[in-house]
Amino acid sequence: MPKTKYDKEYNVKQYLRERFFPHIWCPGCGHGIVLGSLLRAVEELGLDPTEIVMTSGIGCSARISGYVNFHSLHTIHGRALAFATGVKLSTPKLNLIVPMGDGDALAIGGNHFIHAARRNIDITAIVMNNRIYGMTGGQFSPLTGYGQKATTAPYSTIDNEFDVVKLATAAGASFVARSTTFHATECIDLIKKAISHKGFSVVEIFSQCPTHYGRKNKKGDASNMMELYKKTTVPIGSKKLEQDPSLIERGIFVDNKEAPEYCDEYEKIIQTAMKGRA
Amino acid sequence: MNNKIKFVQGNEACVEGALYAGIDFFAGYPITPSTEIAELLSMELPKRAGKFIQMEDEIASMAAIIGASLTGHKVMTATSGPGFSLKQEALGYACMAEIPCVIVNVQRGGPSTGNPTHVSQGDINQAKWGTHGDHSIIALTASNHQDVFEMTVEAFNFAETYRTPVILLFDEVIGHMREKITIPEQGDLAVVQRLRTSVKKGVDYHPYLPREDGRLPMSDFGSEHRYNVTGLFHDMWGFPSNNPKVVRELLHHLVDKIDNNVDQITRHREYWLDDAEYVLVSYGSSARSAIHLAKNRRKRGNKIGVLELQTIWPFPKELVRRKCAGARAVIVVEMNMGQVLHQVKSAVDNPASVFLANRIDGKLISPTDIKTLLRVIQGKGV
Repeated sequence: MPKTKYDKEYNVKQYLRERFFPHIWCPGCGHGIVLGSLLRAVEELGLDPTEIVMTSGIGCSARISGYVNFHSLHTIHGRALAFATGVKLSTPKLNLIVPMGDGDALAIGGNHFIHAARRNIDITAIVMNNRIYGMTGGQFSPLTGYGQKATTAPYSTIDNEFDVVKLATAAGASFVARSTTFHATECIDLIKKAISHKGFSVVEIFSQCPTHYGRKNKKGDASNMMELYKKTTVPIGSKKLEQDPSLIERGIFVDNKEAPEYCDEYEKIIQTAMKGRA
Repeated sequence: MNNKIKFVQGNEACVEGALYAGIDFFAGYPITPSTEIAELLSMELPKRAGKFIQMEDEIASMAAIIGASLTGHKVMTATSGPGFSLKQEALGYACMAEIPCVIVNVQRGGPSTGNPTHVSQGDINQAKWGTHGDHSIIALTASNHQDVFEMTVEAFNFAETYRTPVILLFDEVIGHMREKITIPEQGDLAVVQRLRTSVKKGVDYHPYLPREDGRLPMSDFGSEHRYNVTGLFHDMWGFPSNNPKVVRELLHHLVDKIDNNVDQITRHREYWLDDAEYVLVSYGSSARSAIHLAKNRRKRGNKIGVLELQTIWPFPKELVRRKCAGARAVIVVEMNMGQVLHQVKSAVDNPASVFLANRIDGKLISPTDIKTLLRVIQGKGV
């Protein structure tokens, strides 16, 4: 067995509210792997838990915030980034981590997603892309894509999907990355870099939903679905793309350290308004 | 006397009140007729190291102030009808999660886009029932700019005292009219600061375990106690629960903490009520016309008085019943189809003696409009 980062000694339990377990996720759900990578990233960064605020919306992904022993704000559907913006701008020293599902990030919450990116406010958004609305029982999402089955697309979807990476990039996010639950150690690195990045950072993580998306679309069980992530994705710029352009790239797409961060810019406004009185 | 005298719009009086109360975070989205509040705070807050943010929409503005309140800041947003509609879900979240915040609604004509630059008082019931589910709410209003200032301070005070969103229901006339105000010295008006927990680091802090007096001391996000805040029914830890007992007790707590304190929350003014045969019940800009008419009719010997409500919700039923008890007739003066009328009818001993003097056409109700109805009630013809 090759050594991976998961073989390292971690003490992620220190960040969990075991009082609130068991969690609500189905067997095989990818969200627990995302949580695992996230906590390992926090541990490796040595962040002070009292300076982390996890803000989430509604859905399977959003329940992460309850399980972590940070300040946690479980809000309403789609608005997590707007709540997070209030937390961050009011108290810039806090680290804001916002786990989001398909709907929170890009359907009901799409407006907040592009505007948080446009402002380049120092928040880390983790988009857990499972191509389905899981909590409500398997309806298609803006990340499902064309030609898929869902409970609200019994004949197949005719909606196209968003490309999260391109959308975040175009909207102005200064750090944009993508990975999958198969690549859990890669996720640790990406999340670490995203949290450390000063500005709006987006990490899209493909996360399997065997219960709804997998079953409806005959993708097999959780391990089959993760195998698919392995087969259908490659590191950015991989030679394999030449033979098969349908492969999806993983890695860091944008890492712009020069872009002015929103809270820093507001500090300048305060300095101007006070004209040196501060 | 070092008091500052200013000649201002109502919206500016509201801003002055908010600054007096210690606002340090505002999020908003431009909408007529409340926009001046955002404009003024974008200028004033950074001078005090406070934060102003123009969000991408009304919903985001409501969400942002809730987030900022959790870090220990005094927060406000301002809007009008359509924006108030959009804020309702997040407003309910603030009710459920018990997060202090102030929402200004400078009312304009509705429904829908309605009559953006004209006056209305059509959002009375929406303030109470706009968000889904049982809950209680505090809503205040005022008829002149000095009271706008004071009610704004009260709104912040009530928000902190009861850990709840408080709605300021002004209207277009109040928002845009200019009038003199005197800004009191700091200390002249009470300013309530947030009640923070005394639980020490390392000891369990229960964010949603009310004290004996029903109040819940808060802990700022970023300080030592880390806890969960959710819009789901939740236990004393703030963790989701659908235990019937937890659900029932929380809902009772949310309603009782406000409804059991009606007397503390009620603010009103009264004019010539002692011997009044006819009582005009009014609020906001329409109360100005009611007061004007009563004053003039008094000169002619008519026994008319005015009960001006400043607290709309929780509705001061007992006050209204008492003040109207001796009246031959009660006339509710408002600019809607009878939203407070309904409350007054259910409050008084004789609902059949309660009449509505209203305007719903975007024009301020005039003393003459009220007089016309009064004459009919008095049997003097039109």
